[in-house]
Amino acid sequence: MLGSIQELVPRMRDICGARNVITDPLELRTYECDGLTAHRCVPALVVLPFSASEVAAVVAACAAAKVPFVARGSGTGLSGGALPRRDGVLIVMSRMRSIIEIDAASRRAVVEPGVTNLAVSKAAAPFGLFYAPDPSSQVVCSVGGNVAENSGGAHCLKNGFTVNHVMGLEIVTPSGELTWLGDGTGVTTGYDLLGAFTGSEGTLGIVTKIVVKLMPVPETVHLILAAYATTSEGGQAVSDIIAAGIVPAAIEMMDALAIEAAEAAVHCNYPAGAGAVLIVELDGPTAEVEAELATVRSICAAAGATEIRAADDPAERASIWAGRKSAFAAVGRISPSFIVQDGVVPRTSLGAVLGKIAALSAETGVRVANVFHAGDGNLHPLVLYDENVPGQTRAAEEVSGRILDACLEHGGSITGEHGVGVDKSKYMPKMFDASDLDTMQLVRCAFDPAGLCNPGKIFPTPRLCGEVPGHHRAVSSGAGQPAVAEIF
Amino acid sequence: MDTERAVVPAARAALADACPSLRDGVAGDAVFGVTPPFVASPASTSEAAALLAAAASFGLAVVPRGAGLGLSWGAPPAACDLVVDLSAMDQVIEHAAGDLVARVQAGVTIGQLASVLAEAGQELALDAPAEATVGGVVAAGTAGPRRFRYGAPRDLLIGLTVVRADGVIAHSGGKVVKNVAGYDLGKLFAGSQGTLGLITEATFRLHPLPTAVAYVTAEFGAAARASAAAAVVAAAGSVLVPSAVELDWPGGAQRALRVGVLLEGTDIGVAERAKQMSDLLGAADSSEAVVSDVAPVRWGQLPSPSIVIRVAFWAGKLTGVLDALAAAGAGADVRPAVSGPAGAGLLYACLDPGTRSDAAATFVRELRERLTSGRGDPRGSVTVLAAAPEVMTACGAYGAPGASGASRASAPEVPGAALMRAVKDQFDPEHRMFPGRLSAI
Repeated sequence: MLGSIQELVPRMRDICGARNVITDPLELRTYECDGLTAHRCVPALVVLPFSASEVAAVVAACAAAKVPFVARGSGTGLSGGALPRRDGVLIVMSRMRSIIEIDAASRRAVVEPGVTNLAVSKAAAPFGLFYAPDPSSQVVCSVGGNVAENSGGAHCLKNGFTVNHVMGLEIVTPSGELTWLGDGTGVTTGYDLLGAFTGSEGTLGIVTKIVVKLMPVPETVHLILAAYATTSEGGQAVSDIIAAGIVPAAIEMMDALAIEAAEAAVHCNYPAGAGAVLIVELDGPTAEVEAELATVRSICAAAGATEIRAADDPAERASIWAGRKSAFAAVGRISPSFIVQDGVVPRTSLGAVLGKIAALSAETGVRVANVFHAGDGNLHPLVLYDENVPGQTRAAEEVSGRILDACLEHGGSITGEHGVGVDKSKYMPKMFDASDLDTMQLVRCAFDPAGLCNPGKIFPTPRLCGEVPGHHRAVSSGAGQPAVAEIF
Repeated sequence: MDTERAVVPAARAALADACPSLRDGVAGDAVFGVTPPFVASPASTSEAAALLAAAASFGLAVVPRGAGLGLSWGAPPAACDLVVDLSAMDQVIEHAAGDLVARVQAGVTIGQLASVLAEAGQELALDAPAEATVGGVVAAGTAGPRRFRYGAPRDLLIGLTVVRADGVIAHSGGKVVKNVAGYDLGKLFAGSQGTLGLITEATFRLHPLPTAVAYVTAEFGAAARASAAAAVVAAAGSVLVPSAVELDWPGGAQRALRVGVLLEGTDIGVAERAKQMSDLLGAADSSEAVVSDVAPVRWGQLPSPSIVIRVAFWAGKLTGVLDALAAAGAGADVRPAVSGPAGAGLLYACLDPGTRSDAAATFVRELRERLTSGRGDPRGSVTVLAAAPEVMTACGAYGAPGASGASRASAPEVPGAALMRAVKDQFDPEHRMFPGRLSAI
């Protein structure tokens, strides 16, 4: 262990209690990776604070000792965003898991960061409300982690992402100070730091309290499952639904290989032999949804569906969703290892990019299962390989990279919801030029000039923050106006 | 001052070299009554970049301008050497209808964009004046009644191109609706009022135009204030998915209140939902609800933009907010005209243009006393958006009880103010972009 961290141990024990500071090498290994197991690093020290003031004290101690620190929620992230530092402290937020308040009339909840995503909806359910962002890992993933990653989920097509549902944040800044971002109502005064912070992947500070928006549980929900011979037929149905002016709650697609895996894992009983299944969920006021349902059914049929099923009761819907939500884990049944990609393309380019993925797969012999949020063009190609077969890991990584290239060629993004983390920072220069990355890092320099807060994530090359003049320069002024209220 | 005058010819030459449209400012360009020496209308992002680089080399204070609608809001600039007029950048660069996405130059007007999008049955779901520019609306960060459902500009913005104070061009986001690659500079620039840099292009997510709309309104007498508040809360929390839940309370505490709900959707769906919403709004002490496909008078409009106070709160606390507005009005002897998206937890209180500055400041302080006092977590704010400088000085744009003329050290600050100042220092270290504009920070 590094000398400076060794010196921090007694201080951390003072702050969090001896039982909540982990130094045992075996126990430390528990935290060596998040949901992306390809990247591993054993932290020097793990602390498990119980309160915002403990987090602030831990961060202040790290800042004073110039020791890097990384926050971790439930550890379900898929980009290595919570990958620890060998020379740093890992701050595990899972002990801070109380739902502090639910104000049903205001449709707001105040929660601690370690609360699981689904727990918020469960607590809101008695009031007829729910928390809309629903990443597939919602049973275990934490709201604090969702804020860090700006998590999406199957239903963000209609309801938006985490950033659209966070109304206020209490954070610990990288220098160890507690502050609020936003006034707790979602209305911005000054700069929207609340928005800029959400999705910053733990690099601008640590969330200690979250005000979220709750929404009324939809009056009616309908789910349609349509089977197609090919993904391109399914893709046509998606385009036609959008062109009809309908914004479903979710539109998901799985290809034959993904269906095979899901079937093996959860026996979801999707239509046998389908080359693709399309799942369309409609929700809203009964009076609107009934009409949309009829339209969507006929569009799906016109696009060549071999079978259409409607699921109206919650149990049927849950069984169809089980196949989709288990897809990542299910692929483990048909392949020892796999890479989950998260590229995004404009919806209208889905067919072209899927074709390119199929061609890549045929060319390299690397199998790719496709599960994706078709409504917003967010692909989740699962690139299959066996790390015990020489050369396969490398081949899979290459295919994975070329899939992202294809997404970028079509004007898309390297990540729709999993984040950049350590995993995709090397692709950032393909999407943004040096000036773009430099400008983004101005925000980093404002929050964390010392570069201690989750360093090494998102940006391939850190920016040196340097000294900022910060003086109030008296500019030559044709206006001649006195400097009324100039604060900057 | 002599050295400054000597700089002007050299600055003029450099600016004109960067941007051929450079001209001298005229009376119509005045910002808060002061005519800027230079006005330029760049035709492209690269021209704007060259212009700002030239301005940087002469240390000029820069004020970006769209349609100019919001320039009189907020604090006046501390200096204004160069107005950058975006009106020449008026191209809709791409409308990808199948992707529900549009990429536009900052000078495109809301009305111009709406007509292009309507051809494909789509819209940018923001309520802004037709003559406002896209860049101006993003920079102002304002949204009208439909913010209840669709949010503010930051929620619809998916990509942004800006020119920094030093002339460097930067992009963030992209043209896909789902994208978490890198920091979202769009969030930072939306509502930044031109103080961080110049917005030159924006990409938005779009929505299908509804085939039918219905406005459901109910009137409540002055004595039925609490019932009106309850109707707002019920509508906002209903499963009928309103697009807007507005409260309109003109003319002070002794006057009637109107609750208005906008429903958007299909013909049959909207008709049925309007019926259900009418039942929901109706109360023993309200008028019978009225359904119309035409917006009621004053829908989404501020009665008088001269003194505007924004009150943000948790919607469920609306009764207390209305009580506080009435009490503060009585205490300061003013009659605020109150309206806004109350269902989204937001109201604007406007005072008559003739209101004395001390009365306006007293009103603001009393409101803060009632709504934002206490030491707990923030649950709202009372912000002066527009007023004479004396009012701003007397009560602060953003503040808390009794912060009259208090020094910075003792006055309460916007949450995160220190970080905001750090962001400003990073993006504009010489403080040349609309200096003094965001006095709240």
